[in-house]
Amino acid sequence: MAAPVLRWLCPGRCWAFARIGGCSCHGRGVPTASTSSGKRGQSSVARQSLITAQEPRKGDREWAAVVGLEIHAQISSNSKLFSGSQVHFAAPPNSLVSFFDASLPGTLPVLNRRCVEAAVMTGLALDCRINKKSLFDRKHYFYADLPAGYQITQQRLPIAVDGSLAYSVCVGKKLGQAVTRTVRVRQIQLEQDSGKSLHDDLRSQTLVDLNRAGVGLLEVVLEPDMSCGEEAAAAVRELQLILQALGTSRAIMAEGQLRVDANISVHHPGEPLGVRTEVKNLNSARFLARAIDYEIQRQISELENGGEILNETRSFDYKLGCTVPMRDKEGKQDYRFMPEPNLPPLLLYDSASLPAGADPQQVINIDRIREQLPELPSVTREKLVRRYGMLPEHSFALLNEVGLLEFFQNVMKETRAEPKKVASWVLNTFLGFLKQQNLAVSESPVTPSALAELLNLVERKAISSSAAKQVFEELWRSEGKTPAQIVAEKQLELMQDDEALEQLCRATMEAHPQVVMDLKKGNPRAINKLIGLVRKATLGRADPTAIKEVLERQLSG
Amino acid sequence: MWARAACLGLRASAAARRRGFTSAGADPQGSGRVTAELIEHLERLALVDFGSQEAVARLEKAIAFADRLRAVDTDGVEPMESVLEDRCLYLRSDNVVEGNCVEELLQNSHRVVEEYFVAPPGNISWSKLDEKGPSHTAE
Repeated sequence: MAAPVLRWLCPGRCWAFARIGGCSCHGRGVPTASTSSGKRGQSSVARQSLITAQEPRKGDREWAAVVGLEIHAQISSNSKLFSGSQVHFAAPPNSLVSFFDASLPGTLPVLNRRCVEAAVMTGLALDCRINKKSLFDRKHYFYADLPAGYQITQQRLPIAVDGSLAYSVCVGKKLGQAVTRTVRVRQIQLEQDSGKSLHDDLRSQTLVDLNRAGVGLLEVVLEPDMSCGEEAAAAVRELQLILQALGTSRAIMAEGQLRVDANISVHHPGEPLGVRTEVKNLNSARFLARAIDYEIQRQISELENGGEILNETRSFDYKLGCTVPMRDKEGKQDYRFMPEPNLPPLLLYDSASLPAGADPQQVINIDRIREQLPELPSVTREKLVRRYGMLPEHSFALLNEVGLLEFFQNVMKETRAEPKKVASWVLNTFLGFLKQQNLAVSESPVTPSALAELLNLVERKAISSSAAKQVFEELWRSEGKTPAQIVAEKQLELMQDDEALEQLCRATMEAHPQVVMDLKKGNPRAINKLIGLVRKATLGRADPTAIKEVLERQLSG
Repeated sequence: MWARAACLGLRASAAARRRGFTSAGADPQGSGRVTAELIEHLERLALVDFGSQEAVARLEKAIAFADRLRAVDTDGVEPMESVLEDRCLYLRSDNVVEGNCVEELLQNSHRVVEEYFVAPPGNISWSKLDEKGPSHTAE
C-alpha cells in the first residue's frame, strides 16, 4: 500500500536486446510492474524473435533509444482560442459552437487574450525565450471534425522557444535515488483543437461534434532527450504538474486535456540516429511508458532480424499492448502550410518596450506575467525537503495527489510528531486507505485534525504505533469519534504499569526457556521472539522498546 | 468541389514559392503539366475526386494563369507576412458570448443524427474506399 512515489527507472540508458521477461534496459531487470506486464501483450512472434536473438551472434551490440514528445495541452479558458463560444467538457453535442467554429463563410478569427497569456506563462515556467513577435499559419488537412479544412497553428514563428523541463526519475531499487534529468523544450505554439468524430462503422458514417473545435491548445515540443518510456512518462507528469500549478491547463488526461505523441527511434551508440516512428494519441498516463517501451523493443527486434523501420505513424492498441501502423494517412502527409492571412503578427511587450499610452487591454507585458508566476512544483518540493528534512521521494508523493500536500500541512500545524513520521503516516496509511476505496483527499472521512490528535497520542506514548493503526481504521469507519474516544472504548492505551510489565516479562521467559537459551548462546534475534510473546500477553498494549529494555535488564541481571 | 481543391493547390504553391515552404509534388518549373501522381496526391489530401480529364485540364490552365506571377521581379523585396502585417492584432477578453445555436447550425447539414453532423467516413480508411473501387478518371 505504499504511496506511488517516483517512477522507477532502468539504470542505464542503453537497451540490451537479449533480455527476456524483464526490462529491456541494459544492466538489471526492471523492478516495475508496468514494464514487465507490458510484455504480456506482446505477440508470440515478437517473443520468438527475442529468444532467437539471445544466442550470441556477430554484431550483437547494445542499442540506444531516443524519444521525443509532442504534448498537446488544452488551455484552461472560458472561451475558445478564436471565438467566443464556451470551453466545457461533456456538453450536449454542438451546443458550444459559434459560426466561426463551424467555419461558416465570412467569419473571422478573433484572438483570445487569455490563451496568449497562458502560452506566455507556460513558456516562462519552462524557461523559454518568449518571441516578441510570433506568427499564425494554416495547416491543411481534410477531416470533418475541422470543417475549415485547416487548423490555425504557429509553424514558422511560435510564441515560445528554447526552454527546458527538469524531471526526476528513480534509479536503482533503493529509495532515495531520485535523479534529476532535463529535457529541452524546442517550442510552445498556440493552435486550435479539432472537433470530435464518432465513427459508426456499421452504418459507414461519422458523427461530428464540434464542441471541441477551436479550443485553444498549447503544443509543447520536447526534444528527443529521453531514452525510455519511464523517462517520457516522468517528463509528462512533471509538465502536467507545472501546467496545473500555473492554471494554464487542467491537464486531465482522462478528459483529453493532455495528449501525447511520441517520436521514437533506436540506434547503436556512436552511430547516427535511426529512422523514427511516431506513436500517436498516448492519452493515458498508464499506457504512455508501456507504449514507448513496446515500440523501442519492436524496432530493435525488427532491426535485429534484418528488417527496416519505416517512417510511419503508429497507434498504441492498449488492449493488445502493442503499437500498430495507422493506415489512415498512409505516410502521405502534406499539410501545405501557409501564412494565416486573417491574423496579423502577434506582438508582445516587456516593461521596457511597452508603447506609451497603449490600451492595457490590447498589450501583453511579459514582465508582468513573470511577476505573477506561482510557485512551481520543483520549488515546493525543495522547500518541503529543506523545511521538514523529508526524503525527496516523499515530497514527490505529496505533490502527486490533489490536496495531499495541504492535508499534510494541516496535520503538521496541529501535531508535535516529527515531520518524517507525519509524512510516513500520510503517504502510507492515509493514502493507502484512500487508494483502496478510490477516494480523493477531499472525500476522506478522516480530517487532518483527527490524524494530528492520533499522532499526538503516539508521540506521548499513550498508545503504541500498532494500536494507532487500529485507531486509524476505526476513525475511517466511524466518523465523528475522536481518537481519544476510540482509545478509551477499545482499551488500547499503553501499559503504564512497570511492575506488571516486569512480571509479564519474567513469566514469559520462564515459559520459554528454549528461546532464552538460544539468546544466551548468542542468537541476537531470539530477543525479538520474546518481545513478540510479551506483546501478545499484553494484548499489544506495551511499547516494544520498553519490553526490550525490561527483558535485557532481566537477562543481564 | 474540384474548383475548391484547385484553388487551394494554387494558393498553397504560390505561398510555397514566396515562403520557401516545401510542397511535395508541386511542379517547380511551372510548366503547367499536372501529372497523374500529383492529381492522385491532391485527391488524397483534399478527399476530392477530380472526376474527369476536363477538370484536370482546367486545373492546368489555372496553374498556368497563376504562374504569370513569376514574371514579376521580386529581387530585393522583403516578403510580407500578410497584407495586415502593420496592423495590431486585436485581443478579445475571455468571455463567452457565442454558441448555443445548434438548431441553426444543423440546418446547414445535409444529414443529422440527434445533435450531430453526419459526415461520410471517407478519410477514415482511404484504403477501404479504394477497395470498393471508386472511379479515378485522372488515372
